[in-house]
Amino acid sequence: MKKLALSMWLVLCLTSVAVAQNVSLNAAGATFPYPIYSKWFDVYHSQRSNIQINYQSIGSGGGIRQLTAGTVDFGASDGPMNDDQIKEFQTKNGCTVLHFPTVLGAVVPMYNIPNLTAELKFTQKAMVGIYLGTITKWNDPEISKANPGVSLPKDDIVVVHRSDGSGTSYIFTDFLAKVSDDWKNKVGKGTSVNWPVGLGGKGNEGVSGLVKQTPDAIGYVELIYALQNNIPFGYVQNADGKFLKASLAGVTAAASGGAKTMPDDFRVSITNASGAEAYPISSFTWLLIPQQIKDQAKRDAVKGFLKWMLTDGQQYNEGLSYAKLPKPVVEKELKAISQVQ
Amino acid sequence: MSTTSTTLEHTAPPSAGPRAFVQRLRQGDEVAHVITLTFAALILLITSLLVYELWINSHLSRTKFGLSFFWTQIWDPISGDFGALPFIYGTLVTSVVSLVIAVPLGLAAAIFLAELAPRRLSDGIAFLIDLLAAVPSVIYGLLGIFIVVPLMRTILGPALKAVLGDLPIFQGPNYGVGFLTAGIVLAIMIVPFIISVSREVLLTVPRDQREAALGLGATRWEATWKVVVPWARTGVMGSIFLALARALGETMAVTMVIGNDPKIKASLFAPGYTIAAVIANEFTEATGDLYLSSLIELGLVLFLMTFVLNGLARLLIIATDRGGGHPS
Repeated sequence: MKKLALSMWLVLCLTSVAVAQNVSLNAAGATFPYPIYSKWFDVYHSQRSNIQINYQSIGSGGGIRQLTAGTVDFGASDGPMNDDQIKEFQTKNGCTVLHFPTVLGAVVPMYNIPNLTAELKFTQKAMVGIYLGTITKWNDPEISKANPGVSLPKDDIVVVHRSDGSGTSYIFTDFLAKVSDDWKNKVGKGTSVNWPVGLGGKGNEGVSGLVKQTPDAIGYVELIYALQNNIPFGYVQNADGKFLKASLAGVTAAASGGAKTMPDDFRVSITNASGAEAYPISSFTWLLIPQQIKDQAKRDAVKGFLKWMLTDGQQYNEGLSYAKLPKPVVEKELKAISQVQ
Repeated sequence: MSTTSTTLEHTAPPSAGPRAFVQRLRQGDEVAHVITLTFAALILLITSLLVYELWINSHLSRTKFGLSFFWTQIWDPISGDFGALPFIYGTLVTSVVSLVIAVPLGLAAAIFLAELAPRRLSDGIAFLIDLLAAVPSVIYGLLGIFIVVPLMRTILGPALKAVLGDLPIFQGPNYGVGFLTAGIVLAIMIVPFIISVSREVLLTVPRDQREAALGLGATRWEATWKVVVPWARTGVMGSIFLALARALGETMAVTMVIGNDPKIKASLFAPGYTIAAVIANEFTEATGDLYLSSLIELGLVLFLMTFVLNGLARLLIIATDRGGGHPS
């Protein structure tokens, strides 16, 4: 009995010592980078066992809200915070918020035309027209002129989009808004928009399920989702007029193109970036870090993690089908870490 | 309840003062009374807190849109215009479709199980039905996506069009997803509730009621339809409204098969949207206070709809009770 009490006491002592040394960070936000984030946090914890980062993939909007409310140490988002949101953060927290790009994502068009094996090419006008509802048939001249030799059916196009608010929709509508003023004025860009036409599917799996089941359907999904599930997808015309099939290299190329004009706060959209090899529907995803972290231990942990993520951490990206950050962006970010105080 | 209080009054009249109270406490009745009262009050408290939270958090949207929220058809998070009408419409249409399918089906099955089937068969099937009622809704959603949607697109939809294509509710393109598919999946989900509760209620009808009817020369079906079912009417109605409540609030299964398009179309083949589905879809990524507030107001609208429909249900029960049948 005495022995038991002693050992209990010892265990208690040990755990309390361990707790005292530990730094536990809470983060919340985007679902799209969740697989790579959880991998990073896990590997980082195995290397520095005193630092534990808990990440809740509640969505970009939720991440921004929780960060602003101060319930998490840092947030994550697929779209950068807009000026109003940053202003709100400043009034509530007394400091600004910094954006750190972590990985890259891309969106690809998938379609289901019975008895068609050729890979289709989509001009920018065709993509906009289909989603605006101005192009309604598969044999529309705007589609067929980019696909010579392919016999397209005269059937109606069934348009599918995401029904849940998502970073995927943000990237896709950002691209459409950039290449078309019509889209920009009538619909705009956002995680959820008022879609002019089409059916809504919940999540990547919902969209791909609907497209696969419905003859003559077209939809858009995350590149990673398409790659991991062997979903065939089409070519999209980029800013230089070239038709590209999305690939990890093409996404990094788009980021390099965007890096040239990268603003100091990293809030940049790289859809429709210039460069012959740049895939047009790509985007960064960001970690949102408060510029002032009062707790010294937490601040060191966050800065240490950022540095590791930008250097050693990037090697895990491609194993999980995420595109690497281009070198100039990494260098610029490494310099920006010192802004966290 | 009423019998307990009468016996209490006999043993300890209320005028007897604190000593009597202590005595009643010892007997346990008063304790039971207080405890059950507390729990009953808790229900009230939870409901009012719910309404209070929804009311407070939807402040922005209520002040901006006012009552026009109810009849605005636009839902545009980018421009910040929000209206609930397409969602109210979708919620009502899918619920009505599901009831039209589920009520005859459920009631017929319940009558068979309670009145006609051998007791052992009835108990076995009732057990299976209770299992069905406990299946998570996402499973029904998957069933919808993989079975009902293709069936609707290839067989059921074309058949309906061929036979009833002249009706406006069966026109327009048929994608497989839409109001009708959502209604069918909801019907599959709520049928177990109707069967299970109705069967129990029908089984409680006293034996002498049946025997009296049979003794007057009624056939077995006449005894069932004219005596047993009217006797159990209140309970059967209760089961239907329980089912309706589930249909109104169902989220996951509906969003997987309805097409999620906030437009008002007469055709049942058209894609639509329901209140619960849009809240589930857009809440996590809703940035901007007005957007969030509008989603919360949608929750308030759903609450209001449930409230009104339940109220109507009560009125209906009262009205039909007056016509005789159930004695209590």
